[in-house]
Amino acid sequence: MSAPEVSYKPAPRIQFVVDGNLLRLLIACVAIFVVMSLLRPNVFPTVENFLSMGSQFPEIGILAIAIMITMLTGGIDLSVVSTANLAGVLAAMVIRALIPADAPEGQVVVGLAIAIAVAFVTGALAGLFNGLLVAYVNLTPILATLGTMTLYTGLTVAMTRGNAVFAENRLTFIGTSNVLGVIPIPLVIFVVVVAIFAVILNRTPFGLKLYMIGSNVKAARFSGINVRQVLLMTYMLSGLLSAVVAIIFLGRNNSAKWDFAPSYVLQAIVVAVLAGVNPNGGSGRIAGIVLAILALQFVSTGMNMLLFTISGGQFFKEFAWGALLLIIMVANSYSEQRRLAPRRRSREDSESTAQNPSGE
Amino acid sequence: MLKKLFARQETLVGITLLGLCLLIGFINPIFWTPGNWFDLARSATVTGIFAIGVLIVLISGGIDVSFTAIAVFSMYTTTVIMKNIGFEGGMFAFFLMSAAIGGMLGLINAFFIARFRLPTLIVTLGTQSLFRGFLLFVIGSKIIRDLPPGMAAYSNAFLFTVTDERGITVGLHSAVLFLVAVAILAQFILRYTMLGRSIYAMGGSREAAERAGFDIPRTQVFIYVFVGLLAGLAGMIYGGLNRQANAQDIVGQELDVIAATVLGGASIAGGRGTVIGTLLGVMLVTVLSNSLILMGIPSTWQRVVIGAIIIIGTAVPTIRTLRSSRRANVEIEPVPVEQRA
Repeated sequence: MSAPEVSYKPAPRIQFVVDGNLLRLLIACVAIFVVMSLLRPNVFPTVENFLSMGSQFPEIGILAIAIMITMLTGGIDLSVVSTANLAGVLAAMVIRALIPADAPEGQVVVGLAIAIAVAFVTGALAGLFNGLLVAYVNLTPILATLGTMTLYTGLTVAMTRGNAVFAENRLTFIGTSNVLGVIPIPLVIFVVVVAIFAVILNRTPFGLKLYMIGSNVKAARFSGINVRQVLLMTYMLSGLLSAVVAIIFLGRNNSAKWDFAPSYVLQAIVVAVLAGVNPNGGSGRIAGIVLAILALQFVSTGMNMLLFTISGGQFFKEFAWGALLLIIMVANSYSEQRRLAPRRRSREDSESTAQNPSGE
Repeated sequence: MLKKLFARQETLVGITLLGLCLLIGFINPIFWTPGNWFDLARSATVTGIFAIGVLIVLISGGIDVSFTAIAVFSMYTTTVIMKNIGFEGGMFAFFLMSAAIGGMLGLINAFFIARFRLPTLIVTLGTQSLFRGFLLFVIGSKIIRDLPPGMAAYSNAFLFTVTDERGITVGLHSAVLFLVAVAILAQFILRYTMLGRSIYAMGGSREAAERAGFDIPRTQVFIYVFVGLLAGLAGMIYGGLNRQANAQDIVGQELDVIAATVLGGASIAGGRGTVIGTLLGVMLVTVLSNSLILMGIPSTWQRVVIGAIIIIGTAVPTIRTLRSSRRANVEIEPVPVEQRA
């Protein structure tokens, strides 16, 4: 597109670059927290509230990480929720088939292990199919996963005839009990997933390849990266994360159904984008996901506390999420323009190209 | 000439549609009755108008997921206003007001997209929750069944009616005229105006279009306001046909509409797409989802079939362009390092 920038300075390690977007997110997070704490000092900054918030966001947070890794390669995975529902329904069916009501403990453990394994295999296979479509059939990711989203939902409907499948309370301990007496299990799962993906993205060759493919596919290919294989792996990982979410869904609702939580797809995209993940690929960090989900959760919970007396107050959350996304994007665009403006002008002088400065 | 015709996605979708119609009609003759076709036209109207808006956005290289929120916002708000002022007049005023509200919401999209150069997907994701949240929180979230008289009468505004041998009267609803008018208008803009040229040009290459002198921000303002107008209109038709204003409706269909448009040959990367193809894509999806039961396929399999159609329908042209581009210039596929050793 533009002329390649020739720079022989070694690129600084990504971790130490002061990231404007992350900084703004952090400020937004702290600001929202302070405002809410001032407005509702008795209920907002309390341990109970924090634990309650901590049990609310893990699903969307994990889905956002699934969407993030596909976005890093320049793609997207719209099928995450339908994959989760498919995996959840299959796992619930396994539980019903393998664990009778009066099963001894050993049988319960084995049954649950098989059910969870089935969920993971389902997620991996669904992701594999997405990956094949994207990497080998060369479908645009948004279309491929739009198609498979409908396909997986359809399979779930066809298998269950549209009914919910109950998991006989076998997994509800995930939704109700706590680690060390206080920390909700979904939050623990979220932290583990964040840790794993922080390592994968920052410390492994695979993570580096993800970023390289997203920055420039051709350059990545010519530097010897097997692009197709990396893409396949990425979509499989996304499917596996959907399976994790499926287990949490089952733990929380004790049932799985084809039409559960369709709005989570777009909400997870909002989290990823707010986190600073570039939808065109190449940049985005896991810390951003954590900050973005915290900011959104603070807003949602705070709004619920402020507006629970007003009818329709729960809908304000949706409005606030949209507003927050647009505000952060506009702020990013302003700082981007300021950062790029001098450089672009100097390039224009040297090459005498007639490129319009942005915003004109 | 013939070869060129067959290489087009539109032809492929048209042939598939025709084959499907023949197959369904062979399995169940009810398919060819006027009643069934009037039903199909009715179901395709709202999706069709949405799809033409989506088509224009896709051609320009953007994507819009907020049009469903605009539609429900405009429809519900119009109903509330008309109810509160006790408006007794006909449906035309409802359409005008709803389209105007839709256009204004489209202007908000255009503002963020043209002024700040933000990615269209992200802006419209944001405005989708913004519009819907505002609607449900500020304007209302209850279903209105006690509609103003003009709107309540609209569901019976048939163009003509036919009574079949069993004595059942069926009619073709006049809403289909809107689809025809919108299709002709879009075709005219895209094919015969400088505006249409600029939409295709910026979808092909934004930079090239800029250097050729097209005013991209102004084109974007037109695109998103126009899509807003269409969404407002379609939302009102939806409310009228269903005889209720439900603030929690419509949103959630956006990906289905985009899928139908892409099936009709519009490229998600921009620069390509036709009105005819879009209408064929919408018809294909409508016929499929309305007729599975006529074919004896349980309705639970409906989504599987549509998902498969979307995947196959988008895979075929992709594979074909890939093959022809390989023939045109042999692409060098470097062997990955691991395999070279």
